[in-house]
Amino acid sequence: MEKRVTFKGWVLPLLLIAPQAIISAVFFFYPAGQAVWQSLFIPDPFGLSKQFVGLENFQYLLSDPYYRASFVTTAIFSGLVTLCSMVPALFLAVLADRLIKGAGTYRTLLIWPYAVAPAVAGVLWLFMFNTRVGVVSWYLGQLGYDWNHVLNDGEAMGLVVIASSWGRISYNFLFFFAALQAVPKSIIEAAAIDGAHFWRRFFTIVLPLLSPTTFFLLVVNVVYSFFETFGVIHTITGGGPQQATTILVYKVFSDGFVGQDLGSSSAQSVILLLVVGALTVLQFKVLEKRVHY
Amino acid sequence: MKKSALGILAAGTALLTPLAASAQTEIQFWHAFTGRLGELVAAQVEDFNASQDTYTVTATHKGNYSETLNAGIAAFRAGEQPHVLMVFEVGTATMMAAGGAVRPVYQVMEDSGAAFDPDAYIGAVKGYYTTTDGQMLSLPFNSSTPVLWVNRDRLEGAGIDPDVDLTTWNQVEEVLDQLAEAGEECPLVTAWQSWIHLENLSAYHDVPFASQENGFAGTDTELMLNGEVQVAHISKMGEWADEGKFIYTGRRNEGGANFRSGECALFTESSAGYAGIKAEAEFDFDVRPLPYWEGAGNAPQNTIIGGASLWVMEGHEAEDYAGVGEFLSYLSSTPVQAQWHQDTGYLPITAAAGEATREAGFYDENPGTDVAVTQMTRNEPTANSKGIRLGSFDQIRGIIDEELEGVWAGDKSAQEALDSAKERGDQLLRRFERAAN
Repeated sequence: MEKRVTFKGWVLPLLLIAPQAIISAVFFFYPAGQAVWQSLFIPDPFGLSKQFVGLENFQYLLSDPYYRASFVTTAIFSGLVTLCSMVPALFLAVLADRLIKGAGTYRTLLIWPYAVAPAVAGVLWLFMFNTRVGVVSWYLGQLGYDWNHVLNDGEAMGLVVIASSWGRISYNFLFFFAALQAVPKSIIEAAAIDGAHFWRRFFTIVLPLLSPTTFFLLVVNVVYSFFETFGVIHTITGGGPQQATTILVYKVFSDGFVGQDLGSSSAQSVILLLVVGALTVLQFKVLEKRVHY
Repeated sequence: MKKSALGILAAGTALLTPLAASAQTEIQFWHAFTGRLGELVAAQVEDFNASQDTYTVTATHKGNYSETLNAGIAAFRAGEQPHVLMVFEVGTATMMAAGGAVRPVYQVMEDSGAAFDPDAYIGAVKGYYTTTDGQMLSLPFNSSTPVLWVNRDRLEGAGIDPDVDLTTWNQVEEVLDQLAEAGEECPLVTAWQSWIHLENLSAYHDVPFASQENGFAGTDTELMLNGEVQVAHISKMGEWADEGKFIYTGRRNEGGANFRSGECALFTESSAGYAGIKAEAEFDFDVRPLPYWEGAGNAPQNTIIGGASLWVMEGHEAEDYAGVGEFLSYLSSTPVQAQWHQDTGYLPITAAAGEATREAGFYDENPGTDVAVTQMTRNEPTANSKGIRLGSFDQIRGIIDEELEGVWAGDKSAQEALDSAKERGDQLLRRFERAAN
């Protein structure tokens, strides 16, 4: 039998959830509602007039081949960012978990990059890969490789993926590291006595036990790559060359704040909201079944 | 709760203000300048404040051009707009369409009774900001025009006479060939590719960039940047890019670093690049007029400006606008303008300021600083060379950048890229037209 703790009155429970409810309402539901409402209009930038156009903004967007191409770019980008920020993080966490001496220093150093804001990280990476004075591009030049992310779309994508993943590795590392510490040592020891070598133990025991953390990080990282990578893209490529790194959220910015087209920008926010929502539901429906808590 | 607290605060400040400050009328001025330019603006404002005691201008930096415009728009929506807002030239159509949000400068000047002679302003500069019947909507503040910067040492190093004639692109092409043959790695580099190699190219050759007099005659305008002259030029640039004679460095003025460090021989950039190049270049450089194609269009007509102008926002008290008029009149006065022109390399906005600069011997001491002025004023502007006024223009430039990158990378032909730029840009123009009407 499950034991339930119940409140006697209504006042205390309401008071307890009030802060969260108010914050959600003010910072999430209200702006999201505004975006939905504004997506039905073509307004003038100064708010002097607006005309109701129904779903025309959506129709306009979805019939635009460049906007549709942006979905593919976003899918590639967030797939790569999620992969590049989770796999190295797990690898580093496994190594850190085995450390006996200096584990504290090692951990601290690994967590540092998380303190760097995405836009600043973007500038740092841009500086290293600068086609003219960048250290990395200079070494690549010495090796006979002509680095030019200003015109080469593959290199531009690679650079924004690295810059977006870098700081994120720290965040993922923290979670993986904590989860690894929680894996019962007795199971590992029993497997070791049975003769299972390190990688065998890792894949058959540790990884499945990490699945709740992995699943959580997957959801969080996908959301991150959809929204928070804006600063990196803005500082490094501005969506270029051509449209190679124009992800959905960058186009929201560019239509809203460069083009002052708030109708289209709002419609894109709504589409983005639906896409991320659907993706999260999908992840919970499909993947959560394979997660063992 | 929050509201009443704010109310008390507001009431408190309202009571305190007359005691704390003198009875001067405050005028808010939002601009986009930092660094040296920011200091120069601050000095102008200080000087104006010291010159009279009825008004106090408060200048505030609001970020780069786009950010300043967005700050102004957001402030207007919140009813907190400044009196004077600096808006870059590509935001002109956006401001014009906002009829209820801005007060045209000619009207402000008329009402304020401050000294104002519309004919004193240089036609090619004010033309960008006037209506088709010559009424000034915003006051030109900082204006520049593209010119050709030459690294004389690089030319000499490649065995080319540094005084070689570079008047036409045909002549430039020969020099680029020689530079490439001599093993130069960066014969030509540019800044602001759409502004220089499409917008100014069109004006200079007297061919339209967009219909309806480049958008001056109405918002029902369509891009015409895929005409013969433009396609031929971009096609040539694409060839040069392919052959390593034109080096693409980015959408903004990234190429400036390459030129100032002495790597590049030729550089197409704004005349306002003068201060930076003079400060950093450790080589012999010189300024030439922007080249044109011999026999194409009506070249050389005149080039057009880039930069920003000052817009007066609606929604303030009548006496505030009198102060705004005084301030704008002060900014246009000959000594202020001549100083600004000499300090920054921006064009003078009045003919008198240019004349005063010449008389002071500035052009003789700093050869090349008058190239931009001559190039701008060589002909009376035509419908094609008055300026460009398009809605969503900042974003259209972004589209043009994308398409041009397709040409430089060898993915698209000039014709394909410019056709596509027209098609995509026209969609934005149609949306702007609907929002504005």
